[in-house]
Amino acid sequence: MTTSALETVRLVKRFGGVTATDQVSLTVAPGELHALIGPNGAGKSTLIGQLAGELSPDAGDIRLFGQSVIGRPVHERARLGLGRTYQITQLAREFTALDNVLLGVNARRGGNTRFWGPARQDLESVARARAALDQVGLGERAEAQVAALAHGEQRQLEIAMALATEPRLLLLDEPLAGMSQGEAQAMVTLLRGLKKHYTMLLVEHDMDAVFTLADRVSVLVYGRIIATGTVAEIRANADVRAAYLGEETAA
Amino acid sequence: MSALWPTAIDWRAPRTWVALGTLALLLVLPLLAEFVSGDGADFWVKFATRVMIYALAAIGLNLILGFGGLVSFGHAMYVMLGSYAVAIPTEHGITSGWLHLVIALAAAFVLALVVGAISLRTTGIAFIMITLAFAQMLFFAAVSLKQYGGDDGLTVAARSDFGVISIAGHIGLYYVALTVVLLALYLSWRAVLSPFGLVLRASKANARRTLALGHPVFRFQLAAYVASALLCAVAGVLLANLTQFASPAYGAWTLSGELIVVVILGGLGTVFGPLIGAILLLALEEALPTLVEALLPAYKANWMLLLGLFIFLIALTLERGVYGSLPERARGRQQP
Repeated sequence: MTTSALETVRLVKRFGGVTATDQVSLTVAPGELHALIGPNGAGKSTLIGQLAGELSPDAGDIRLFGQSVIGRPVHERARLGLGRTYQITQLAREFTALDNVLLGVNARRGGNTRFWGPARQDLESVARARAALDQVGLGERAEAQVAALAHGEQRQLEIAMALATEPRLLLLDEPLAGMSQGEAQAMVTLLRGLKKHYTMLLVEHDMDAVFTLADRVSVLVYGRIIATGTVAEIRANADVRAAYLGEETAA
Repeated sequence: MSALWPTAIDWRAPRTWVALGTLALLLVLPLLAEFVSGDGADFWVKFATRVMIYALAAIGLNLILGFGGLVSFGHAMYVMLGSYAVAIPTEHGITSGWLHLVIALAAAFVLALVVGAISLRTTGIAFIMITLAFAQMLFFAAVSLKQYGGDDGLTVAARSDFGVISIAGHIGLYYVALTVVLLALYLSWRAVLSPFGLVLRASKANARRTLALGHPVFRFQLAAYVASALLCAVAGVLLANLTQFASPAYGAWTLSGELIVVVILGGLGTVFGPLIGAILLLALEEALPTLVEALLPAYKANWMLLLGLFIFLIALTLERGVYGSLPERARGRQQP
């Protein structure tokens, strides 16, 4: 049996009296696109924070490619191959798009203690950064300041930065957040392309996108995973319909 | 020229003229002073040396403040440390400037490593307060050094001996200070654009993301903090030689504050800004009292009010400082 890309074992996180993550056991198999859905306040962000290392769980284990990462800082998890994007865009705003991605490339390539040769003159790194921008369709905007990019373009850049680190597992936190219909369509196409090459955990509100893209879906409600299964299974699951899809199916 | 300059230079950009014009003036300054002022030339050369020393310390501070985005309110302590690295050995008959320099750098390196490692666990206001606290501790440690003058400071009998590079004369010292400033400018220019600098600037722009990409941000900040302290220590060595004096006053929090003003006045996060800021601040501190005395003799003690007003106006109108507000490229030119 192959090791899972990501595995959480009975993960618990409490904030005061609230159990934001309640015995969550989640497995992402290599090569799959696993979607995590759940209503607002279900604890998705808390879970992601723990996976990335920004929050530490109160109990349970997190294994990245079979290795426990409890207590390992954020940057070490990134080095192990966890690439992530943020629900609220996290970019170096005064940088150009290319410099943002270059930062990601260099995180993987190393050599960041060099202080003499200009970063932009490392042609191999720059070429890789441009390739990552091309991959998300931002090649033309390489030299634009982030502040000058449209919202949709910034969301694309979010993904390019994560791709630049050559992740083995992509953690996408609501990549469609705040997007127009057209932008969302383009993003779904992009994600479908990436799906061939990357293992992904996709946290998303947009049901259409999730049901088009996902191999498996887990549903988080009040900090607990109430169901995990294929798209068809999730659609058919009575608990899920009651807890989450109810409003939509009723409408 | 790509090997020499870390980035393409736009020779028609206002910033380039200002930088080159300033450097040209500084290069011929002693000649100019001699020509204009004759016997009074010494005063201007010494004044210009003091400007260079402030500039050097501010170039150092700019690494962590301007590019790292961390407001250190204690960098004067490294200047003070550098000055005592000259004064105390000289007191014991050790006059070798190279040895003074080594002592200053070694002491600043160790102190900055410890202070940085502790302070950088915090950010924002906490970082400001903790760096200030360390500087105050060192200030009072210097005051308590009774055998080395304590509160009164310590005079330096003779300037450091750097062998063939003589700084015994004021002009020699000026050119040494200018050379060190030029080296520091060039080094920080290269460092800022290097892979190291990219991570440092990114940690200012978005530390959370930089970490999530896999960069150990803390180590980069610490390296920048130590480097900035080393430049301040060298400034201290030069200062002790200029004034032939070392004193706890060199480590006072007011000097730390002045260095921050210099960096902000020139332009946070620009390589050349600290030099412009140092020239501006010290020139104003020199000119305003005379000006006020000539125009409003009754208010001559209140000249600082005008200085404050000027700094206030710059901070209010030029968000990126005097040098930072100058266009980086010639009008109508696209980014390279």
